[in-house]
Amino acid sequence: MPPSTYAPVAATGVFTLTAWVVALPMIGAAILLLGGKRTNAWGHLLGCLAALGSFALGAVLFFSLLGKPGDARSYDQHVYTWIPVPGFSADAGFHLDQLSMTFVLLITGVGSLIHIYSVGYMAHDDNRRKFFAYLNLFLAAMLVLVLANNYLLLYAGWEGVGLASYLLIGFWQHKPSAAVAAKKAFIVNRVGDVGLSIAVMLMYTTFGGFAFTDVFNKAPGADRDTILGIGLMLLLGACAKSAQFPLQSWLLDAMEGPTPVSALIHAATMVTAGVYLIVRSHVIFDISPNARLLVTIVGAITLMMGAIIGCAKDDIKKALAGSTMSQIGYMVLGAGLGPIGYVFAIMHLVTHGFFKAGLFLGAGSVMHGMNDDVDMRHYGALRKYMPVTYVTFGLGYLAIIGCPPFSGFWSKDKIIEAAFAQGGTSGWVLGCTALLGALITAFYMTRVMLMTFFGEKRWVEDEQGHEAHPHESPKSMTIPMILLAVGSVFAGGLFSIGSSFANWLEPVTGRAEGHSPINTTVLSVITLVAVALGVGYAWRLYGTRTRPVPALAPAGSPLTRAARRDLYGDAFNEAAFMRTGQWLTRLLVYFDLRGVDGVVNGVAAGLGGSSSRFRRLQNGFVRSYALSMFGGAALLIAALLLVKA
Amino acid sequence: MNPDSYLYLSAILFSLGALGVLIRRDAIVVFMCIELMLNAANLAFVTFSRMHGRLDGQIFAFFTMVVAAAEVVVGLAIIITVFRTRRSASVDDANLLKY
Amino acid sequence: MSAALLATQSAATHLLAGPVTSTGGGETFLFWVGASISVLGALGLIFSKKAVHSALCLAGVMICLALFYMAQGAVFLGVVQIVVYTGAIMMLFLFVLMLIGIDAPESLTETIRGQRWAAVLVAVLFGAILIGVFAHAKLGPFAGMDQANAAAGGNVPSLAHLLFARYFWAFEVSSAVLITSALGAMVLAHRERVTARRTQKELAADRFKRYSKDPSVIVTPMPNPGVYAQHNAVDTPALLPDGSIAQLSVNATLRAQGEVRGITPLPVPLPHEAADGDGASPAGANGSGRHEEVGA
Repeated sequence: MPPSTYAPVAATGVFTLTAWVVALPMIGAAILLLGGKRTNAWGHLLGCLAALGSFALGAVLFFSLLGKPGDARSYDQHVYTWIPVPGFSADAGFHLDQLSMTFVLLITGVGSLIHIYSVGYMAHDDNRRKFFAYLNLFLAAMLVLVLANNYLLLYAGWEGVGLASYLLIGFWQHKPSAAVAAKKAFIVNRVGDVGLSIAVMLMYTTFGGFAFTDVFNKAPGADRDTILGIGLMLLLGACAKSAQFPLQSWLLDAMEGPTPVSALIHAATMVTAGVYLIVRSHVIFDISPNARLLVTIVGAITLMMGAIIGCAKDDIKKALAGSTMSQIGYMVLGAGLGPIGYVFAIMHLVTHGFFKAGLFLGAGSVMHGMNDDVDMRHYGALRKYMPVTYVTFGLGYLAIIGCPPFSGFWSKDKIIEAAFAQGGTSGWVLGCTALLGALITAFYMTRVMLMTFFGEKRWVEDEQGHEAHPHESPKSMTIPMILLAVGSVFAGGLFSIGSSFANWLEPVTGRAEGHSPINTTVLSVITLVAVALGVGYAWRLYGTRTRPVPALAPAGSPLTRAARRDLYGDAFNEAAFMRTGQWLTRLLVYFDLRGVDGVVNGVAAGLGGSSSRFRRLQNGFVRSYALSMFGGAALLIAALLLVKA
Repeated sequence: MNPDSYLYLSAILFSLGALGVLIRRDAIVVFMCIELMLNAANLAFVTFSRMHGRLDGQIFAFFTMVVAAAEVVVGLAIIITVFRTRRSASVDDANLLKY
Repeated sequence: MSAALLATQSAATHLLAGPVTSTGGGETFLFWVGASISVLGALGLIFSKKAVHSALCLAGVMICLALFYMAQGAVFLGVVQIVVYTGAIMMLFLFVLMLIGIDAPESLTETIRGQRWAAVLVAVLFGAILIGVFAHAKLGPFAGMDQANAAAGGNVPSLAHLLFARYFWAFEVSSAVLITSALGAMVLAHRERVTARRTQKELAADRFKRYSKDPSVIVTPMPNPGVYAQHNAVDTPALLPDGSIAQLSVNATLRAQGEVRGITPLPVPLPHEAADGDGASPAGANGSGRHEEVGA
C-alpha cells in the first residue's frame, strides 16, 4: 500500500469536542492546584471525574470516527493562534486521526482506571489532592502531545509530561532518594529534549513551518541529509522519553514514585510517547533508511538490556521497570522496521499498556499488603492471601510472556515476524535478538511470579516491628486491576481478528507486507518453544521445593552482578559526564576564587599595601619635601630636554 | 677661556646651593644657600647680557637683587619669630604635618 | 660717589671685551682664581659646622661674583652686589645669627634616612643637566658690553635709560615689594608687651626694698668702667676713692674670664714741679695709686 498523504479536514460538529478532551483534565489540574487545601476533601473525586469525562468524550469521538470511511478520518481543529508573529506561524491546534484517537483512548482509559485506583492507594497520604492534580496535569500534557497538529505544540506537551513526571516521581519529597530520582529523570530527559528541539528547529529552517501539513507534505522533496539529521534528532528525543539506550538510566530510579505513577506514566503512557513520535514522523523515517536502521539498532540493544537487567532485580517494581524498558525496545524496533512494522509497534504499545499497567497495579497491591516492602525476597506464597491480585497479575504475566491466546502473543509475535521480514543480515540479527528477548522475558517474568506468589513464606517484620499481614486490597484498587486484566486477555485477540487494528491504523502510517524467510507458523512455534524454555529454566531455579529462594541475594555470576548495577549504565554516566562536569566546576570555581577574586582582591590589597608604604613619604620634614620638589623639577627638565632634543 | 665658562660656574654654584638647602638643618644656613642659588642665577644673567650685547640681563639681575633683599628681610623676621616661640632654629623641628 | 663710579668704570674698560669667543688673559686669570674661590666658598658654606663660618664663606663668594660682574662689563651691578648684597644682606644675616645663637655648633649627622645620598644624587643630576644644556646650546660669539654701555655714555646711564623707560612698571612694583617687606618685618619682629613697662621710680623702689632685706645689695648706680682710671676701655676697672680697684665696674663676663686689665701706677711727680704747688701738674700717679691732693 502506498504511504498516506497528509490532508486533514477542518473539524466540524462533534469533532470540535477534541479540544474539550484536553481541556477537562487541564481545568481539573488548575482547580486542584490553585484551589489548594480547600479542595482537599473532594479533590480526588474531581480528578477522577475529569479523567472519566475525558474518556467519555474520547469514546464519543471514537465512535464518530468509526462512522466515517477509512480515508476520511483525519480532522484538524484550530483552537487559537499561539504566537502571532509575522513570518512565523505557531498555532495551538489539535489533529484527530486514527493514531491520535488510539492514544487518546489509551491515555484516558488507562488513566481513568489508575485515577480510581489511586483513590484507594493514596488514601492515607495527606497530599492526595496534590497527587490528583499532578495526575490531571499529566493527562492534559500527554493529550496535548498526542493531539497536537504541529511539532511546536507537540514539544510543549512533551515538556509538560516531563514536568509531570518530575513532580510525580518526587512526590514524596521528603525522601532524598525520590528527590534525586526525580532530578535524574528530568535531567536525562533534558538531553533528549535538546534533540527534539533541534529537530523542530531544523524543520522550521527546512520546511518553513512546524505544522504536520508543512513537514509531511514537503519532506519528500527535501535534502536527504537534512532529513537524516531530523530523523536522528527525533530519535534522540524519543530515546530519552522512552528510556532507550543510551538514555535509559532514569527509568529504574523513577520507581521511587508511588506505584500508580509507575503504572500510568512509566509503563503505559509517557514512556510510549517516543514511539508515538517516531510513528507520527514516519514520513521522515520512510525517506531515510539510515535513520530507520539506527532506530532498529537502538530498539534491539534496549530490548536485550532491559531483559538482562530485569533478571537480576529483587525489587518487584524495578524488575517490572526493566521489563518496560525491554518491551518498549520491541516497540521501537517495530517502529524502526518501517511500514512493515509501524502498525504492530502501536498494537504492542496498546496491549502493553493494558498488561503492564495491570502488572504494576498488582505490584502496588502486593506492596500495600506487605507494608510497602518491595523486596521480592521477602514475599512468597502470597497467592492464598491475595487471590484477586494473584489472578490479575497472573493474567498480565501470561500476556507479557506471549502465551497464546493472550494479548502479548498477538502483538509480540508480529514484531518478531516483521523483524525477520526486514530481510538481509539485519533481518536475521534483529529477528534472533527479538526471539532471544522473548526467552529472557519469559524467564524473568516467571521469576517474579514464582518469587512473589509461590514457594514458602519469607515474610519479615518491617522497621516499626509490624508483622506482615498480607490481605486483599479494597475494591477501589481491585476493580481497575480486573478491568485491565480483561484488556490483557482480550485486547490482542480483538485487534488481530480480521486485522482490524492494522486496517484501522493503516491510512495514517501506511503498511507494507513483509516476507519473512521463515514461515509464519514455524516462527510462532519457535517463539513458543523459546518462551517455554525461559519459563522452565525459571521454574528450575525458583519454583522447585528443593531449592528455596535464598533470603539474602547470593553473589551471582559477573553477568548477574552487572545486571544488578543496571549493566553499568549509571557507572558510565557518572564517570563520563558527572565527574567531568564536577572537575570542570571545580576548575572554574578555583579560577574564580584564585584567579578572578585573586585579581580583584589582589588589586585591592596591592593598593592598600602600596598606599601604606607611600604614606611614609609624608614624614613631615621640610627637607624631604624640598628633595622631592627638586628631584621632580630635575626630572621634568630632563624629560623636556629629551623630548625637545 | 670661553666666556661660556661663566655659565658652567653658575650651574655648579646653583647645584651646590641646592645641595646645601637639602642637607643643612639650620634655618639660617638654608637661607644662605638659597641666596647662593640666587647669586648663581644672577651670574648667568649677566653672562647672557654680555653675550647678547644688551642690558636687559643686568636689569633682571638688578631686580633679582631687589627681590632677594626684600625676601631676606621677611624671611629672617620669620625665623626670629619662630625661634622666639620654639627656641629652635632647626627646620626639622617643624615636622607636625605628617602621616 | 659718581666720581668713584666713573673711576671704576674706566678701570674696568680694560677688562671689557668686544665681540669675542675667547677672553683675554687678564680675564682668564681672574676667572680661574675667582671660580676656585667661589666654589671653595660654596663648599665651605655647605659644610661648615658653625653658621658664622658659612656666612663668611658666602660673603666671599659674593665678592668674587662682584668681580665677575665688573669683569663682564656690568660695573654698576658689581658695585651694587658689594654694597647691597654683601654689605647689607650678609650683615643682616650676621645680626640674626647673633640674636639666635651662634654658639651651638650644628651636628652634621643626618637624621633623615637616605636624605644625604638622595640629595647629592639629585644635585649632581641637576648640575649635569644644566651643564649639558649649556654645552649643547648654540651660544653665539659674545657681543660684549661696549656698544650697549656706550649707547648712553656709560653703564650707569644706559641702565638708567632702560630701567626708567622700559622697565618702569617693574621698578614701581619692586618698590611696593620693598615697602611690604619692611612692614612685614616690623610686624613679625614686634613683641607685644604683655605687662606695663616698669618705670625708673618702680625700679628704684624695688632696689631699696631688696636692700632692706639684704645689705649687700648696691643701691647706687655702679661706676662706669675706667672712671678715674687711665683708660675708659671696657676691661679697665674704675678706681675707688681710696685708689683701689672697683671690681664691680667691669662686666661680669670679663671678670669671670679674668680679663680685667691691671692699672698702671701713676708716675711720681718731679721735685721742681712738686715745689710749685699750684697749677695743673701733669697727672702722675704714685705707685700706690692713692689719690693725692694736688691743689687746694
